[in-house]
Parts: sequence; structure tokens; C-alpha cells
Amino acid sequence: MIPKAFILSNLQGLPFVSPEIILTATIILLLVVGVVLPRYRLVFTVLALLGLIGSLLPLWKLPPPQPNLTYLSGLFVWDWLTFFFKPFFVVAGGFVILMTQASGDIDNVEYSECTILVLAVTMGMMLLVASKDLLMIFLAFETMGILSYLLVGMRAGDVRSGEAALKYVLYGAFTSGTMLFGFSLLFGLAGSTDLMEISRQVVAASQNSQDKILLIVAVLFFLAGLLFKTASFPFHFWCPDVYEGAPTPITAFLSVGPKAAGFALFIRLFYPLFTTGAQGGMYESISGLDWPSILALVSALTMTLGNVAAIHQNNLKRLLAYSSIAHAGYLLMGIVALSDLGLRAVTFYLVVYLFMNLGAFGVVAMVANGGGSEEIDSYRGLGSRAPYVCVAMAIFLFSLIGLPPFAGFVGKIYLFAAVIYKKIYWLAVVAALNTVVSLYYYLRVVKAMFLEKPIEESQMQISLGSHALLLALLIPTLGLGIYWQPLAKVVSGMF
Amino acid sequence: MSYSLQSFLIVSSLLFCLGMFTVLTRRNAIGVLMGIELILNGAGLNFVAFSRFLQPSQTASLLSGQIFTLFIIAIAAAEVAVALAIVLVLYSQMKTIDVEDFKELRG
Repeated sequence: MIPKAFILSNLQGLPFVSPEIILTATIILLLVVGVVLPRYRLVFTVLALLGLIGSLLPLWKLPPPQPNLTYLSGLFVWDWLTFFFKPFFVVAGGFVILMTQASGDIDNVEYSECTILVLAVTMGMMLLVASKDLLMIFLAFETMGILSYLLVGMRAGDVRSGEAALKYVLYGAFTSGTMLFGFSLLFGLAGSTDLMEISRQVVAASQNSQDKILLIVAVLFFLAGLLFKTASFPFHFWCPDVYEGAPTPITAFLSVGPKAAGFALFIRLFYPLFTTGAQGGMYESISGLDWPSILALVSALTMTLGNVAAIHQNNLKRLLAYSSIAHAGYLLMGIVALSDLGLRAVTFYLVVYLFMNLGAFGVVAMVANGGGSEEIDSYRGLGSRAPYVCVAMAIFLFSLIGLPPFAGFVGKIYLFAAVIYKKIYWLAVVAALNTVVSLYYYLRVVKAMFLEKPIEESQMQISLGSHALLLALLIPTLGLGIYWQPLAKVVSGMF
Repeated sequence: MSYSLQSFLIVSSLLFCLGMFTVLTRRNAIGVLMGIELILNGAGLNFVAFSRFLQPSQTASLLSGQIFTLFIIAIAAAEVAVALAIVLVLYSQMKTIDVEDFKELRG
């Protein structure tokens, strides 16, 4: 018999998962609507967006986040990380659904399934940031993973889409299996799946030389899963292929959603488990377990590799894929910094990156739909054929470089400040050099758009909805570059 | 006859290493999937063995490792279902499941 107190505490926890419950209800509703009214794109878009907005409403009714407020038998925690990232993923999912609606990449037959899968991945990511138990982390991680493999292979008739999906599923399943093996070692070390309990045991284990070896192996296995999701060296090689083969709106989703979830998991897993206490906003890595040095090296290699490989690309989607690898490197700088300053910088940059990267991929999708292609050659002289879209693209690219007065600049300043504060000067120098290299390939696109002769004269047809979507992404990209204090304040309240 | 924790850990490490070796050497997509399955089973065996042999801490229930393994089995099935569907679609278009034959995306 189940004790009565147990049921009560779980019922009291239910309001905290109401965003996920609302999303699940929306998914079931969409499945039914998909049978009754197939091929009405607008119906699905509106219902999905209503579901996403509806899932945010309960957030404001719930008590304020506290670091120790756990619910549902301690599987989840209601802290600032949870509270911040749930709306973040909802915004990402919402923009992607709008992009899919406007894009011709997904045809009407597949549209209903695509919407449902985007919602489900969003739900998986929301569960992931809230979990504080290895079991729940694993389940949410796989929910996000398995469904995104399907999203990549969404265009059934297209060999490239299928090939991308195959590469994604093989590498993804392999790295998450490796991560799971790391989980099992940690479970053996701590005798519990609860992160708080594990973190107590890990400190004890690090004193014992035999247990320490196990701990090092577990950390390395963890890194396999996390570096894969964030597309960092040495688990980055899937990224360009998958990004190129997947439908463009889905590529945009993968480049912000699961990547941000990976970084949130870094903060959720690595800081409580493998650091000892925050004193004055600085953390210490557990003695003899020098993961920050490994990650610093990974960060430098990731950004260098991403930027150097991007130089030779002629396909814009591939170029942006390498750019997203480089950005994973920049973001890792904040994780390496081992301070509240670093964590704030990562979170701030993820928000900025969400808007500017979705914007850049959005333009790629619009140009491909408007009769162009994904090759940089087809962007020649586009400035005169579709001026508004090209100006928007230029702003997104300038922001990705990190030029003032755009949001990317402010985000990068925070990241640089974090590593300099920690006195890891070499990493800051590498990142600065990388930024210079990245100027070349981003500006190549801008040059093609504005300084080269157009291949044809006719105006490119871009729908009004697409223009509105771009505007919605432009406002934060510009706004956060000039008036970033509110976001900075929110972020500094988190850590 | 009784077995020690070590013997289980040796078997699970062997499963993991064999799985890793299979994933890295196989060119057949289904072969790679079998390797991934071995890795997951190695992790599952670890969970069951630890759960059986270790004195659980106060917050952990006795069965948390076994329950974790049940979830691993379910997730592995879901993952394989998705992967096989993708392999099947590709096979119907390309008439091959050799991972090195898929060269549309590169550069």
C-alpha cells in the first residue's frame, strides 16, 4: 500500500509540472486534429502556439524559485535555472514552428507530425533543465535526443535528410550510451541517483585514490554526452552534415535548443557534483579532478576548428554549422571560468545566440524558398533584390561576429570578462584571434549580398509573415545590444 | 555459489568495450546499432549489480538501480525503433546500409 503522505506530496508537486502537462495535452490534441483535419497548416500552427503560450502562463502563478524546492519525489527542482530555461525553450520552439509554417521545406503531409515533434522536443528540454535525478536526466535527455533524430529525417523522400538522420542517430545513441555508462559508475560510487546525495559522496570519493579513478572515468564519459549535444570538439563531426541535411527550420532548432539544453545540463551536473561550494561567487573544482583544464583545452580547440573549417565553406548552412561549433567553444569559456560571472555570461550569451542564430537560419530558409539556394553564390547581389532580408541577415551576422552595437558584442564581452577575471589569459587571446578569423567568412556573405552584381534582376518574393518573423528576431538582437541591463539583472539574480 | 560485485563489473566493462569496438569498426549501420545496444546493456548490468551489492544510502530505495535498468531497456527499444526506421527509409532509396556509402553530405 502506498502511504498517504507520499500521494499528497506528489499532488502538491503537480502544479510545478503544469507547463509540461499543458504541452502534452496540446500534443494529444494535435494528434487528433491531424486525423480529422490533415493538411491545414494554419490550424496546427495556431494550436501549437496557443499550447506553448498556455504552458508559460502557470509559471507566474507558482511560488518563486528556491534552490532546494524539489517536487515529485525529488526528481525535479524548482530553482532559477529551471525557471529561466523553461520560457527560453518555449520561445525557441515557438519561433521554430513559425519558421516551419513559413518555409516550404516541410510539405503539408509532414507538417502536423513536425509540429508535434517540435513540441515534444521542447517538452523534453523543459524536463531536462528541471531534473535533479540521474534517472530523470537520462529520460529527458533521450526524449530530446530520439525525437530530434526523427525531426532531422523529416523529409522522407530526400536522401540527404535521411543520411543526416542516420549520422545523427548513430553518433547520438553512441554518445548517450557512453554517458549512461558514466551515470552507472556514479551510481555505484554514491549508491543513489539523486544529485544532491551524489555530490556529498563525490567529495568523499575524491579523497580515496581508488574511487578517484572511477570518478575521473565517470567525468570523461559524461563529457562525451554533453560535448555531443553542444557540438564541441571532439564530438562535433556530426554537426555540419546533420545541419546541412536537415530541413532548415529544424537545423535552426537544433542549433539553439539541444545546444542550450546541453549547456544547462553542464551547469546542472558539473557545478553541484564536481565543484566545492561557491565562495564569493568562485567555485573550486574537486581536488585532483581537473576538469576545467580539460574543458579549457576543448573550448580552444572547438572554436579554432569551427572557425578555420568555416572559411572554406560554400554552402551557407554548412558555414553556419561550423559557426555554431565555434560558438559552442565561446560558450564553454564561461563554463571553464568556474565563477558565477561565467555562468551568468553563458546564460546571457545563450539568450542572445537564440535570437541571432534563429535569425540567420531563418534568412537562409526564406532565400531558399524565394527561388535562391543555400549556396553563397546565390546570395550575390541579393541586397538589391531583397533589401530588407539582406539588411536583417547582415545584422544577424554582425551580431554573430560580436561587433558593437549588436547583442552578440555584449554577450561576448561578458564571456571574455569571465575568463579574464579567472586569469586564463591564453584562452581569451585564442578567442580574440578566433573572432578575427570569423570576421572573414561572415563578411564574405555580407560582401556577396551587397557588393557583387546580382545574377538576376527580379525582386525576390518574400511573404509578409516572413518579414514579421524576421522583425521579431531583429528587435531583441538590436535591443539587447543597446539596452541589455534588464537581462543582465535577471541573469545575475540566478547565480 | 555466490558471485562478487567484481565479477559483474568485469562482465559489464567487457560489454562496454566490445560495444565500443563494434561501433568503431562496423561499417554496417545495423552492426553499429548492435554495438550501441551492448554499451547500453553494460550500463544496465552495472546499475543492477551496484543496486544489489551496495549498502544503499538513506535517501535511496533498494530498487533504484533495477528500476533504472528497466527504463534503459525501454529507451533502448525506442532508440532502435527510430534508428531502424531511418535505416529502412535509406535502404529503400539507396539499396545499401553501409555507412561509408552515404557521402552526399561532406566538405
